[in-house]
Amino acid sequence: MIEPALASRLQFALTTIVHIIFPVMSMGLAPFLVYFTWKDIRTGEPIYEQLRRFWTKIFAISFVVGTVTGIVLEFEFGTNFAAFSTAAGELFGGPLAVEGMMAFMLEATFLGIFVFGRERVGNVLYMISAVAVALGTWLSAVWILIANSWMQTPRGYELVTENGQMIVSLVDPIAAYANPRFPWMYVHMQNAAVLSVALFMAGVAAYHLFRHYHWEYPVDHPQFWEKTLKIALVVLIITAPFQVLHGDAYGRHVAETQPQKFAAMEAVWETESYVPEYIIAVPTNLEDLTNPRAKEIFGIGIPGGASWLASGGDPSAEIIGLNEFETEAPPVAIVFWSFRIMVGLGFWFVLLAFWAGYRWWRGQLLEDDLLHKSLMASSLLGILAVEVGWIVTEVGRQPWVIQGVMKTADGVSPGLTGFEATLTLVSFAAVYLGLLALYSYVVFRIVRAGPPSITPEAPETDVVREETGAGPTPAGGDDD
Amino acid sequence: MTEPGGTVGFAAGATGREAAATLEAGFALQTGGLADGPLLGLPLTELWYGLVFFILGTFLFLDGFDFGVGAIFVTRSEGSAREQLLAAIGPFWDGNEVWLVVFGGALFAAFPAVYANLFSRHYLLMFAILGALIVRGLAPEMYEQRHDETWQRWWGRAFVVGSVAAPLFLGIFAGNWLLGSTALVSLPSLVVGVALVALSTAGGAAFLGLKTRGRLQQETAAYGPKALVAYLALVVVAVGYLFATRPDLRGDLLSPVALGLVGASVVLGAGYVVAMRRESYVGALAATAGLTYGLVALVAALLYPVIDPVAGLTVADAIVSTLPLNLMSIGAALLLPLIFAYFVVLYAAFWGPVEEGEGYAGE
Ligand code: HDD
Ligand code: HEM
Ligand code: HEM
Repeated sequence: MIEPALASRLQFALTTIVHIIFPVMSMGLAPFLVYFTWKDIRTGEPIYEQLRRFWTKIFAISFVVGTVTGIVLEFEFGTNFAAFSTAAGELFGGPLAVEGMMAFMLEATFLGIFVFGRERVGNVLYMISAVAVALGTWLSAVWILIANSWMQTPRGYELVTENGQMIVSLVDPIAAYANPRFPWMYVHMQNAAVLSVALFMAGVAAYHLFRHYHWEYPVDHPQFWEKTLKIALVVLIITAPFQVLHGDAYGRHVAETQPQKFAAMEAVWETESYVPEYIIAVPTNLEDLTNPRAKEIFGIGIPGGASWLASGGDPSAEIIGLNEFETEAPPVAIVFWSFRIMVGLGFWFVLLAFWAGYRWWRGQLLEDDLLHKSLMASSLLGILAVEVGWIVTEVGRQPWVIQGVMKTADGVSPGLTGFEATLTLVSFAAVYLGLLALYSYVVFRIVRAGPPSITPEAPETDVVREETGAGPTPAGGDDD
Repeated sequence: MTEPGGTVGFAAGATGREAAATLEAGFALQTGGLADGPLLGLPLTELWYGLVFFILGTFLFLDGFDFGVGAIFVTRSEGSAREQLLAAIGPFWDGNEVWLVVFGGALFAAFPAVYANLFSRHYLLMFAILGALIVRGLAPEMYEQRHDETWQRWWGRAFVVGSVAAPLFLGIFAGNWLLGSTALVSLPSLVVGVALVALSTAGGAAFLGLKTRGRLQQETAAYGPKALVAYLALVVVAVGYLFATRPDLRGDLLSPVALGLVGASVVLGAGYVVAMRRESYVGALAATAGLTYGLVALVAALLYPVIDPVAGLTVADAIVSTLPLNLMSIGAALLLPLIFAYFVVLYAAFWGPVEEGEGYAGE
């Protein structure tokens, strides 16, 4: 039996790591869908209807899986972190309740119209539903990130004793909810979601275009995929550099507000200045992997880079070492390497965006095979970057569940037994693995089937008619 | 099991840099009057107690008819009938299920200790409910992804199992809560669970009356009155059992409120049967709404003023402090009317029977 505290942490980690995939897909797709719907209604061009219908299918399945995994999280605070919930409920419960009432309700009701109602409602209400769904997904991130950012930089509270029990009491809602971390987190997260979806779209489009032009395998609607690729690339070219620039400033904010986490991100044990930033760090032995130390690691480092990052431009700035904190350090290796992966991926996405932009500008977008292969290979890397980014945030915060206020170990449900916690952890591992496999399978089928053919009575149908003669793909993609 | 009442280990004397942050937090802005007393002098504690149960009831009613459709699904073997049942709930179930999320959120926000105690005490049961909801939510979506027989047979089964298990476990949970039981299941809570399955089925039959036509409508609607009679019988059994075994509840059970609720349930049950006979499905669905709120209100009335019998917490003990309570009340007052408006728009858009070719996947 795994002891309850550890099992609860692992279970929470597992369930959020799986959950976040689906909100990333739906939050990232939402603005695209609003755009496609708008263009569809305004221009009546069949390609926008195809874009809308194709990506709505992926949105719908992501939403359903996001819902079923999200409900688990909503209850998990109570089941596994009862002491935390009791103590911090005043601050933490409110945002969750408002998230449900303000965001999920909006999203889930209008989604019914958006997914099922094209034939039932007029253009105006249909457009309103698209916007409402998008707004709902983005608002739900507001409230959940308010809750999370408050745990990182708690403000506006007081510790009081109530019925013989210490609780975190809300005294200043504005300070608490508009805490210093929130705007950083929200911007970084939402841009990451859009970026991740742009990468996914570009990868999917590249796959079809590659099959079509390179392997000369007849693919229906190559123009559809070309259009998808171009839209995705525009978004990629905007969001990828922004993410890196924003991340740089974000790092400074973390250094100021959670110095211990920052030291773990950089694996600095002793306080020092001129700390280098290793963009590429190479573990030369197992020890580096499990117990990295900035001083000893082998890699390509920017001299003074980490100091520069922490201070906003001063390479001689001091970084306080982990040994100087009285609380034990978070698991440094996980934080350090996750941070490296995120940053490395961030730079890779910028490179990819510029490379593709350059090819497009030269009119060679469809000719660069290596580019297409790279895009295909990168289609899921945005999501990977989000995962490791969250691991930096959450593992880096340890041993605190509320930074500087309450330790994770003290937040666990006191009555929980190792048996119960282990049983649910193991079940979740199995169920969520199955869920991921199922989701991947379904999305893969949708992607492979491609967009629906639009019926001939639409005005400019000849635009989408294909030279392949393969006949229209059945709408549901139920071809096997 | 012990309750999370013991020492909650705080970072007593947070040191170094952390202390600075905590101190800074101490300097709070004055929050103009909102911390001084309940908003407009309203009895907010009682209102929130009522609201939490109202939200639970709304969830059980709305998602209840989805569950009922899932239960009735087992009786249909032809592909087209099955498609129609799925299409009937397709646009609605997600919105309906959000009421459960809001129930969790509202309980957490208004009565954090109850949220924590109740959910950690019924640990395995909570995850059983969540598991059932995962299966139920996923199944229709998966069912439509492939059109081969084996795939659809299995997802069809999953849909039925999830749809029956969810209200069953939810009923057990409600029973355990009311009775202060710490066991995973007990006989009376099992009875409540089965009763909820029956009530859901009655709701599902009424809903299908609205959403289908012809033979399918006749055949599915026929399950409604049977399910409802079973429901009433089970409630009588449960109340009788409580009367016999729980002398402490006898007073409450004989109170005018409780008697009134039981009486109203019988009347509504009769109304449901009559409405189904007359093919007035809106009326029948409204009757199941009334029955669901009645059941939840009975649980609430029997509990009050205690909200968590095992931990011995009363409503007054468990309520959050004034400032967050006032804020939440403002939030709820602004948002609940909007939510009702969304539901009106949604149900109006999909009013009337499922149309030809209106598939689940929205194609
Ligand atoms: C596509 C995804 C993605 C990419 C390319 C990046 N990030 Fe990121 N990062 C995330 C996605 C993300 C995130 C969504 O996973 C996190 C977790 C919490 C948050 O606010 O955003 C995050 C957190 C996060 C944090 C905060 C940790 C905390 O709150 O404790 C920092 C300092 C950075 N990132 C810095 C960067 C830098 C310097 C990047 C590039 C050079 C970068 N990120 C690229
Ligand atoms: C969706 C993106 C998120 C991911 C991938 C994620 C990941 C994690 C991980 C890996 C842990 C385990 C850390 C450890 O114990 O070492 C954790 C813990 C936790 N997270 Fe998150 N998290 C996410 C978002 C959130 C949000 C939005 C909240 C709050 C609203 C939250 C609240 C918590 C809590 C309460 C714990 C348990 C206590 C702890 O271990 O610190 N998380 N999360
Ligand atoms: C650990 C904390 C989290 C909790 C308790 C949580 C809770 C939930 C719940 C209950 C749902 C289902 C709502 C429904 O029925 O429609 C959901 C879905 C969703 N969550 Fe989370 N969530 C967490 C983390 C996150 C994070 C970090 C984000 C994004 C920043 C996020 C964004 C969303 C979105 C956009 C949805 C809508 C469903 C979808 O689009 O897939 N959640 N979440």
